[in-house]
Amino acid sequence: MQNMKLKLKIWKQRDASSRGRFVTYDLDGVSPEMSFVEMLAYLNEKLVLKGDEPVTFEHDCHEGICGSCGMYINGYPHGPVKGLTTCLLSMRYFKDGETIVIEPWRAKSFPVIKDLMVDRSAFDKIQQAGGFISVAVGAAPEANTIPVRKHSSDLAFDASVCIGCGACVAACKNASAMLFVSAKVSQYALLPQGRPEAKERVRDMIAEMDKQGFGSCSNTGACEAQCPKQIKLFNIARLNREYIKAL
Amino acid sequence: MVTLNSKIPEGPLEEKWTKYKANARRVNPANKKKLDIIVVGTGISGAPAASALGELGYNVKVFCYQDTPRRAHSVAAQGGINAAKNYKNDGDSVYQLFYDIIKGGDFRAREANVYRIAEVSNQIIDHFTAIGVPFAREYGGTLTTRSFGGVQVSRTFYSRGQTGQQVLLGAYSSLSRQVKEGTVTMYPRRDMLDLVVVDGKARGIIARNLVTGAIERHSAHAVVLATGGYGTIYYLSTLAVNSNASAAWKAYKKGALFANPSFVQIHPSSVPQMNEFQSKLTLMSESLRNDGRVWVPKNKGDKRPANEIPEEDRDYYLERRYPAFGNLVPRDVASRAAKERCDAGYGVGPTGLAVNLDFRDAIKKQGKKAIEAKYGNLFEMYKDITGIDSYEEPMRIYPAGHYTMGGLWVDYELMTTIPGLFAIGEANFSDHGANRLGASSLMQGAGDGYFILPYTITNFLAPEIRTPRIKTDLPEFDEAEKNAVENINRLMSVGGTETASSFHKRLGKIMWDHCGMSRNEQGLLEARRMIRELREEFWKELKVPGKTDEVNQELEKAIRMADFLELGELMVLDALNRKESCGAHFREESQTPDGEAQRIDEQYAYVAAWEYNGENEPVLNREPLNFEFVELKQRSYK
Ligand SMILES: Cc1cc2nc3c(=O)[nH]c(=O)nc-3n(C[C@H](O)[C@H](O)[C@H](O)COP(=O)(O)OP(=O)(O)OC[C@H]3O[C@@H](n4cnc5c(N)ncnc54)[C@H](O)[C@@H]3O)c2cc1C
Ligand code: SF4
Ligand code: FES
Repeated sequence: MQNMKLKLKIWKQRDASSRGRFVTYDLDGVSPEMSFVEMLAYLNEKLVLKGDEPVTFEHDCHEGICGSCGMYINGYPHGPVKGLTTCLLSMRYFKDGETIVIEPWRAKSFPVIKDLMVDRSAFDKIQQAGGFISVAVGAAPEANTIPVRKHSSDLAFDASVCIGCGACVAACKNASAMLFVSAKVSQYALLPQGRPEAKERVRDMIAEMDKQGFGSCSNTGACEAQCPKQIKLFNIARLNREYIKAL
Repeated sequence: MVTLNSKIPEGPLEEKWTKYKANARRVNPANKKKLDIIVVGTGISGAPAASALGELGYNVKVFCYQDTPRRAHSVAAQGGINAAKNYKNDGDSVYQLFYDIIKGGDFRAREANVYRIAEVSNQIIDHFTAIGVPFAREYGGTLTTRSFGGVQVSRTFYSRGQTGQQVLLGAYSSLSRQVKEGTVTMYPRRDMLDLVVVDGKARGIIARNLVTGAIERHSAHAVVLATGGYGTIYYLSTLAVNSNASAAWKAYKKGALFANPSFVQIHPSSVPQMNEFQSKLTLMSESLRNDGRVWVPKNKGDKRPANEIPEEDRDYYLERRYPAFGNLVPRDVASRAAKERCDAGYGVGPTGLAVNLDFRDAIKKQGKKAIEAKYGNLFEMYKDITGIDSYEEPMRIYPAGHYTMGGLWVDYELMTTIPGLFAIGEANFSDHGANRLGASSLMQGAGDGYFILPYTITNFLAPEIRTPRIKTDLPEFDEAEKNAVENINRLMSVGGTETASSFHKRLGKIMWDHCGMSRNEQGLLEARRMIRELREEFWKELKVPGKTDEVNQELEKAIRMADFLELGELMVLDALNRKESCGAHFREESQTPDGEAQRIDEQYAYVAAWEYNGENEPVLNREPLNFEFVELKQRSYK
């Protein structure tokens, strides 16, 4: 496969309080076999050698599982290909000569730290509010004393695969975190182990979500469409049911 | 030289841990609040340790370099977590699990530690299940298991192909609960730069705030390192790219011994390298070998597409060489066998550095649906990366650096040779000997963190209840901070022309070529010379842009790289010293006539624990391994 030449328009911002702007870079020699983050690392290598400032962005696992990476690519969180994180997005999805616009998540609750790096600690706060089952180490019963319907367990698993990347918030015009919260609430709501605290959990997590300044959900489904882990909208419906039960 | 006291309790194997717990000193609940503990690392060892210690009432401070604890490298573990539940009624037991780990580690681990981890394995599954980890289940509602490389029983609990994510998020949820309770304070986006030792005891760390660049002092009565492995020294490895050795390395330079540094596991199945800019090799879980068959063409240079090569022209070399275990031989055996085939010219794919992992027969027998249910996400990931659909044609795989059995030397209490400094999870050396069996690292990490450290740390802490909060204005903190700042300034001011990543690639190649899957004296001596030269060049030619008081990812890399360049040499030294083959450490000079690893027990049945000695050659301390309960055998998977 032929190497590509790209024009990259990348958001550069010194820190949270500075104003950012787009900077354009011409990048030659991009292999279609690179992943998107490898392409950016390749750009940075060149920038550093030229004495320019590299682009700050986050990445760690390169397997779509840690949730570190994430940026708007041509207007889409994690890029235009469904079901992929930025680190798994292959450059073979792009064309020679293409201009690619790259921006950080834009949401009030995710302030920019530098360039493409944003502060997602609001997600940790929501988790701390109630995203757990309060069983202390040592207190657990033998695992098979809690039978769980395979179907419920599978559904709980499907909800539990959220990587906390924030693409759902970034995709939403209201910057709502409902998909993220619904994934955690659903996982526990579907398991018998999670039932004892179900009411407090959903109330506390929703309250914290509001406190962190996330917007409200208007059911447009942009989050589901952009979620790299394909967390489903029906989790939000379940969250709403759980919430009403908890009032 | 130091006197190594492994503190293994007396008595029969099955009673050691129970007796230890019964006799351990305790700290009463009112006093726990007055004791500060630093935990560095939030992976499957650190997050459990921090939450368990928090639940007990200690005042815990937790550090990680990521923006949130949930992203620790453990999140990427795929295949599963072992336990001796014997749910499949296939004859499993604590003893069997113990024996498999000891044997898999090629008799280079401590019996007592290994037995203990096998003993707590069942509690780990109970705990994770209770806190909502969705392990795979049977239709009847009970938990199910699968078998995993290197053993003949089915004892591996899993959540599809992302078990690490599920158990880590479980541990993260308990950690979050303790943050809410106020027993744990989180310090994310921090890099530990040094350990602070006061009057011979570990009392704190120096950390760099990765957002502001500020150098911070944090004190505690005890410090726990849960900082993971150093497999990224190979540059291309299956680890998260920011994984590093720095915390453990700094502890080593402050007096903690580093054990068996050359024991590195090369995993047999990762996606082969595709381009020179690649910075990471993606693991394809070894659980795939339960259903996938490994083969290469029988004829050298057979370039036909895999599906067009008929049965008679295929060499299922693992099944051929190891009829008893077939495709399920341990990782080191599978890796070397792949390397052997590729080196002999039978490799497949554009580079010839790959072998086939074929699901054709499994799909024929079980149906595509069954295969999809087991490995769906792995097949997807493989397709995302390579564009190849493995339901239709075989995956291509090649070995990659994966796990470091070596690490900080710890005694039975998981304490290093620095009093008050503990090491858990992959950061220590203790349980896997010369080779780790699949699905036993999550078990060891979680076991260390939840069920072992909280008991063993009290022997150190009990006499400390009258020690007031450690002040951070002590001269030892001044000194450590000064060294850290000087190191950073030195890196910033080299002013050369080569990036840290470029040096990393070069070091990685030296390590892979000479201190990887197969080693020999000449290559190792050559590697040592090359590493020394590279280190010199690094300090003359490194280029780090930007400033120190802001986010500076190039500086982060340079700091880690400086440590890797030192650790690499110690790995080579250790590999040179051990003239036997054992487990993953294959010394070409020591093999059986049919090319299998040949141990030399009379000379090498010991742990090599290296002691920092300034500019001089590190000092070798030997901890003899006494096998009282198992008989040493040459490993055979034939
Ligand atoms: C791809 C892959 C798949 C695997 N699959 C399995 C499997 O199926 N089953 C199994 O049992 N094992 C598996 N393993 C091995 C297992 O995942 C790891 O050994 C284990 O997760 C290590 O956990 P840990 O807690 O020791 O460290 P890690 O999870 O590596 O965590 C290290 C922590 O330390 C922090 N840290 C490191 N350095 C610093 C520093 N200087 N300053 C501050 N913080 C620092 C990091 O932020 C992180 O929080 C797999 C490994 C890989 C690479
Ligand atoms: S719900 Fe999806 S998009 Fe949102 S944080 Fe989780 S994985 Fe990311
Ligand atoms: S780097 Fe981990 S999800 Fe992309």
